[in-house]
Amino acid sequence: MYQITCPHCGPRAQTEFTYERTTDSVVDPAGDASTAMQALYTRANPMGLDDEIWRHTYGCRAWMVLTRHRVTHEIHAVKAIGPEALP
Amino acid sequence: MKTPYSAFSLLRGALNGQKHWEPAWRDPEPRASYDVIIIGGGGHGLATAYYLAKVHGIRNVAVLEKSWIGGGNVGRNTTLVRSNYRLPQLHNFFEFGLKLWHNLSDDLNYNVMFSPRGAMFLGHNDGDMIKLAERGDAMRCDGIDAELLSPKQIAKIEPLLDLSRNARFPIDGALIQWRAGTARHDAVAWGYARAADALGVDIIQKCEVTGFVKDGNRITGVETTRGRILAGRTGICVAGHSGHVAGLAGLRLPIESQTLQALVTEGVKPMVQSVVMSQSLHFYISQSDKGGIVMGGDPDNWPSYARRGQPTIKEHAIAQAVTVMPALSRLRMLRTWSGVTDMSFDGAPIIGLSPIDGLYLNAGWCYGGFKATPASGWTYAHTLATGRPHELNAPFSLERFMTGATIDEAAVGPFPNHR
Repeated sequence: MYQITCPHCGPRAQTEFTYERTTDSVVDPAGDASTAMQALYTRANPMGLDDEIWRHTYGCRAWMVLTRHRVTHEIHAVKAIGPEALP
Repeated sequence: MKTPYSAFSLLRGALNGQKHWEPAWRDPEPRASYDVIIIGGGGHGLATAYYLAKVHGIRNVAVLEKSWIGGGNVGRNTTLVRSNYRLPQLHNFFEFGLKLWHNLSDDLNYNVMFSPRGAMFLGHNDGDMIKLAERGDAMRCDGIDAELLSPKQIAKIEPLLDLSRNARFPIDGALIQWRAGTARHDAVAWGYARAADALGVDIIQKCEVTGFVKDGNRITGVETTRGRILAGRTGICVAGHSGHVAGLAGLRLPIESQTLQALVTEGVKPMVQSVVMSQSLHFYISQSDKGGIVMGGDPDNWPSYARRGQPTIKEHAIAQAVTVMPALSRLRMLRTWSGVTDMSFDGAPIIGLSPIDGLYLNAGWCYGGFKATPASGWTYAHTLATGRPHELNAPFSLERFMTGATIDEAAVGPFPNHR
């Protein structure tokens, strides 16, 4: 088990967080059927870094983007997203 | 041809100081080219090579394995074999495999210790029982055995289950498939390897594929840590690492790799007779022939290639199993392990052609690949030999995600982490 540093709450146990999907799999409402299909049904799934959307579900419930290594589980960056990230 | 294993050869060996044993497969140097290269020396890859040689007469075949054969998911599963799926595409495919399982030891001349002891799904409420009855009906319509059990009938098979009405997860009944069971996972890999090798297949271990040789939109071979090897047809068969290897060819698959854990207790006298599973909760338990209770649960629901799992996920599966079968709480855990599962985006596998000529795909087995080993090998061999899918794997094409013809047993949609 490891810790994830929530941009709002600081370091918390990973069990408080849930993974949603990668940032490149968010469907673009302005895109066509083919780009929606690409977003929904394909993944790079790299043995390395990927940008993932996680949520502090059992904490402050905020969404964030983790840049996380898929083999070492090392978290390189955490970025807040949504209205909370606005200045 | 190797001397077949038999009681007679054992007896003769006993009289001659057991000097007759020879390596079960060769350790050849890779040749410059093959008719077919299979990437991945797991159960599915070795089975594919065996059926290519045996059924289709294609013996100029290499199986490339980056580490040692049987060291991946075929050595990391919970050895369950069953065909009790609701959707016809799935249960017809797995049933074809289950029939092969019943004759596999004879076919391979290798004891895979297949033990058809029955596998039951527990139902914990009216909704569960309706779903199980519907599943059983769907199976029986296609000639597959399924029987609904009352709690009284369950008590005769598994007396240690908590069948009281005030249980945390009351048991209202179960759906059992009697012809389902377990097998010895390592023996499956070794048996297929030995049989494929005897037919002339080269099994090349410590040979990692690092890239593909491309000629326009055609794959003509692979780059490996042991040099370039050319191939007429190349088949990817690497389970959890499908996304990585397909990525080397420039493909993005509907697959996300996740960790799946399992564990085994110390060995005890027989206490679990069948395979007990619950899909409303999520755990499955069986007892190995050595006596250890083997169990597993949900995958760790985020992407990982690490092959090490999160303890809380294990704890969850153990808590459920202990609640349903309280006597398990007295056992000590002996060992835990993890594997990388290729979670597909509808929960069903992908076996067939790829958008690149000469390249074929066998991937997306989620947490259910072991039981599929013979059927996967048989249909993938057909696909690699003829360039067309077998009727059983035709529904499992990669295009189904584009056309909307997904095969989603759990009706979850394209989110492997919610499956």
